[in-house]
Amino acid sequence: MRVATKAYGSIEVDERQEIVFPFGLLGFESLKRYMLLDAVQQPFYWLQSMEVVEIAFVLINPRIFRPDYRLEVPKSDLEEIGISCEQDILDFAVVTIPEDPKEMTANLQGPLIINRKSRVGRQSISTNPAWQVKHPILKELALVRQGAC
Amino acid sequence: MLILSRRVNESIMIGDQIEISVVDIKGDQVKLGIKAPSQIKVFRQEVYRAIQQENIQAVKAQPDKIPPLEGLLDKTKQAEKK
Repeated sequence: MRVATKAYGSIEVDERQEIVFPFGLLGFESLKRYMLLDAVQQPFYWLQSMEVVEIAFVLINPRIFRPDYRLEVPKSDLEEIGISCEQDILDFAVVTIPEDPKEMTANLQGPLIINRKSRVGRQSISTNPAWQVKHPILKELALVRQGAC
Repeated sequence: MLILSRRVNESIMIGDQIEISVVDIKGDQVKLGIKAPSQIKVFRQEVYRAIQQENIQAVKAQPDKIPPLEGLLDKTKQAEKK
């Protein structure tokens, strides 16, 4: 099917890329249908709203810059989207890109969790206060490279 | 909004299973105890607001502003090999 995207204009996508967020994302509760797209810039993804073309989030797998990252969310959030075993989980962090892109941050406090099988997702809240709203991606990646982490 | 006065060690019930008690009051700080079933999520309200604000910032991302991480990642892999 064809969808309008903020990043790439109108493109052809597989309907299996559609992910439904029954509760929306925090601050965007009314938007429930999204497409998960690979960004041209690896290893990023776009979560593109199917309802409002201007609404699209950049996502990343947080383990890329934080190998020690562990998804720690309330069990009830996982159950709500039908996840019963770990293999069903697909999780991402939402990326914020400010004026200076080198300062980009990832939100590990409000991870997105998706049921791979049913493609239903929700934004959860980390139960571990170590995971915060703004993790500087490039700085933490540099720490990984130095072996400091 | 329902407003109730409570003293230290008094509590309120929300439904049959959630109990919120005033544990201590010091100056302008109130310590609350919350008894609730494990499937009830309890978070400070600021946490919700912070994530909401961050999402609003995140949605401003411009497609041409995403810096390429790929080069950096390759270097990471090379470093691992050494």
